[in-house]
Amino acid sequence: MNTIILSAIFGVVMMFSGIFVNSRSAYKHISAVLLLILLVLNVADSYGFAVLNVNTKNFLHFEKFGLLFNSICIFSTLIYVLLSGKEIEKAAHNTAEVHALIFFVLCGIGIVTSYTNLLMLFIGIEILSIPLYILSGSDKKNLRGNEASLKYFLMGSFSTGIMLMGIALLYGTAGTFMLEKTGGAGMLSYLEALGMLFIFIALSFKVSAAPFHFWTPDVYDGAPAVITSFMATVVKVAGFAAFIRLFEARFGSMGSQTERLIACVIFLTLAFGNLTAVFQHSVKRMLAYSSIAQAGFMMFAMFAVNDAAKEGLLLYAAAYSLATIGIFAVLAKMDDMSLEGFNGFAKSQPLIAALLAIFFLSLAGIPLTGGFFAKYYMLSAVVKTGHYLGLAIIGVLFAAVSAYYYFKVIQAMYFKDGEMTLAPVSSGFKYLLLAVAIIIVILGVYPSAILSLLYF
Amino acid sequence: MIPVLLIVIPLVTGLISFFFKEERSAKSWALLSAVATLAVSLISLFQNGNGLSADAPWLPMMGSRFSVSLDGMGKLLTLLTAVSFPIIFASTFNNKYKNANAFYGFMLLTQAGLMGVFCAFDLLLFYFFWELALIPAYFLCSKWGGEKRIPVTFKFFIYTFVGSLLMLVGILYVYYKTPTHSFALSAVQNLAMGSGEENFIFWLFFIAFAIKMPIFPFHTWQPDTYEQSPTAVTMVLSGVMVKMGVFAVIRWLLPMFPGAAVRMADIVMILAITGMIYASLIAIRQDDIKRLVAYSSIAHIGLMAASMFTGYKTGMQGVIFQMFAHGINIIGLWIVVDVIEQQLGTRKFSELGGLAQKAPTLAILFVIMAFANIALPLTNSFIGEFLMFNSVFRHSIVLGAVACVSIILAAVYTLWMVQKIFYGEIRNTDSIELKVPANTQLMLAILVAVVIIFGVYPQPMINLSSDTVTKIIAQLK
Repeated sequence: MNTIILSAIFGVVMMFSGIFVNSRSAYKHISAVLLLILLVLNVADSYGFAVLNVNTKNFLHFEKFGLLFNSICIFSTLIYVLLSGKEIEKAAHNTAEVHALIFFVLCGIGIVTSYTNLLMLFIGIEILSIPLYILSGSDKKNLRGNEASLKYFLMGSFSTGIMLMGIALLYGTAGTFMLEKTGGAGMLSYLEALGMLFIFIALSFKVSAAPFHFWTPDVYDGAPAVITSFMATVVKVAGFAAFIRLFEARFGSMGSQTERLIACVIFLTLAFGNLTAVFQHSVKRMLAYSSIAQAGFMMFAMFAVNDAAKEGLLLYAAAYSLATIGIFAVLAKMDDMSLEGFNGFAKSQPLIAALLAIFFLSLAGIPLTGGFFAKYYMLSAVVKTGHYLGLAIIGVLFAAVSAYYYFKVIQAMYFKDGEMTLAPVSSGFKYLLLAVAIIIVILGVYPSAILSLLYF
Repeated sequence: MIPVLLIVIPLVTGLISFFFKEERSAKSWALLSAVATLAVSLISLFQNGNGLSADAPWLPMMGSRFSVSLDGMGKLLTLLTAVSFPIIFASTFNNKYKNANAFYGFMLLTQAGLMGVFCAFDLLLFYFFWELALIPAYFLCSKWGGEKRIPVTFKFFIYTFVGSLLMLVGILYVYYKTPTHSFALSAVQNLAMGSGEENFIFWLFFIAFAIKMPIFPFHTWQPDTYEQSPTAVTMVLSGVMVKMGVFAVIRWLLPMFPGAAVRMADIVMILAITGMIYASLIAIRQDDIKRLVAYSSIAHIGLMAASMFTGYKTGMQGVIFQMFAHGINIIGLWIVVDVIEQQLGTRKFSELGGLAQKAPTLAILFVIMAFANIALPLTNSFIGEFLMFNSVFRHSIVLGAVACVSIILAAVYTLWMVQKIFYGEIRNTDSIELKVPANTQLMLAILVAVVIIFGVYPQPMINLSSDTVTKIIAQLK
């Protein structure tokens, strides 16, 4: 509860801080401090400390998984703000507003990780989405940014409509908005199945799973790199939290039909994301497509819905978000975002190149990085179900494809000569980036560090 | 404790090596580290019991433990790894590398990965080290290799990565089959599986190992990679790393899927023997020394792969013996190739000839190495190949007869190579002096001594591996 209340309050605080604070660079620090407080109080929540006692009437239920997920999202946002604060200033005219909107997004995340009522799911998704429509168009003078924003808004409202329709159908069959089905297991009625399908489509849209992904490359590419970084990481993994809560509650009553449907969606997502990422020339656009591919891997959790899936989703959220935020933080400082722009990176910036290499290795799922265990858990979850071994094999084959395009960047950095230009970086930036890389390596050597928090 | 040391020494010294500034100090540091590892490995030969294994919880939630141990086969292969690295470092001591600190750092990390593969008794840990050995090797080849290094090494990487990932799915499948949910070697054996699923999982593993060895038709990455890598790295790849595949079959594949191993034996043997003949024929047509040796290596590995699956004790012992022997021999050949390339700037047969007049000692040492490559009596390979051919013949006369053709072919291309390089007319190179550095000669001499000693008296090495072999043969029955 702390997260939801405080992030809303902090959002308002940030918004009004624009009146009192004149220096633009100060927002970053205010925002970071507030995020830190938010993080601490979110952790405190799991020990039973509440800022305000609110009777949620069972609309929200706070448990370890959701709170840990919040922590990961808040922590990633903190890292994001610290690494990319300067670019946020540049990208948007009103810096304070951007930070305020980020807090509102976190408020939405707080709701979707803990809802037990479909109405709350809807409200959470909306609170999370509306700030994003604004954020993606935050560079008002950029035509492509405007296009991205409008596209995102139109597609987003469309999917919201579908979701509402689905919720309405479920309400019609059960007479309640509660997530837990009262009737018990059994065949889905026709309306109920249709309702679930609608919600599934809407959520697939939010996490950009194929075939509902078409907005993703344009929006990610059109929006300023800093905003893309936030959208592709924190927001996307939150969508999966919403997903898994829904499936956990309802999966028992769904048969093999749904399984087949999800398997198809996973295959399409992996295939589309990976195969198009291979042909991209701009690293930013490549990352947009690869984020679709990564979403495909996270969908494995929806397929399996077991303990391994939940643990894996947490690990995946942490490893993927941190690595991507790190890459985007550097990318936003580069003039030339094409592959050639990375030529000779290792020579002029050896430390940053090495850290970027770690991030890319993690995205590719190479052992010793967090990305490996993230993928490992996802595969493990699928294999555990005992059938659809072919799905796991398809998954690893596409993982190999993804290694292909991630390694192209590493090759450009290390084995090719060229002049790369990077905006001046402070040593604080380097240390922070190093810290992120260390966290990723720790997740890759000893993932129990984060997973044990689930069971303490 | 010993296996932990074998992994930790190269790992830590490798990481430290990145911080060296001077080329010379990085070299000496790497050599020192490799010698220390060798010392530990030699001690392991005289140890029995508790000192040879270590076990600690690693990922309790997943049921994986940091469990390392050395049995006879493990001792032999860690010894091979430990012997190779000092020899490689010493014989290429005069080579110049850009960013030598990183070069030696990656080399030592590769060694750590290899040691881990040979010591691991936990399937997930094994996978971890399997990949750990690949990544630094990838950087070594792509950074310090020849002209076409980037695409070639990338092919190598993608090939092995696909294999590893398929194996990962297999590992997970096996894991969920174990009653206690464990990755330990003892737990993943004797699983209750239907023959259909056993066959399927067998292939998931086998493709990974076959790519690494490499067995026809998974070999296409190998000649290019050997050719383009810097020779010191080629020595590691061909001398030690390809043994990972062979080793993994004996350590993991056969005990885990004995039924499928018997059922699939013929298919694997046919593939392996096809590869032997095919690679030998191609080797005859090569103009580049490195490519010739690379193809000859495919042929030798093919024989090992074939006789592993015969299920005979002699065959298995021959394979384990030959893994060591082949490692030593091929490193010897590469050392000579490296000398020629460094001094004369070419590896083409068409530009070489008559070197025996300029460097008689080198010629003698090389000829002995070449004889070992053909497996002439009195060289170590003779013992290994004899045992292996013996088992292949016992399994099937036809396959054995076909495989034997490769002996003749091996003699053809190896002797042709000796003739072209060392005898005949002196070509265009008469203006250049061929100076063979003393350290290189010394290393070659040591290798030749090893070749002959184990060619004459192989028994200690065969005894060393007998515990492993007996255990596995019992399971195959």
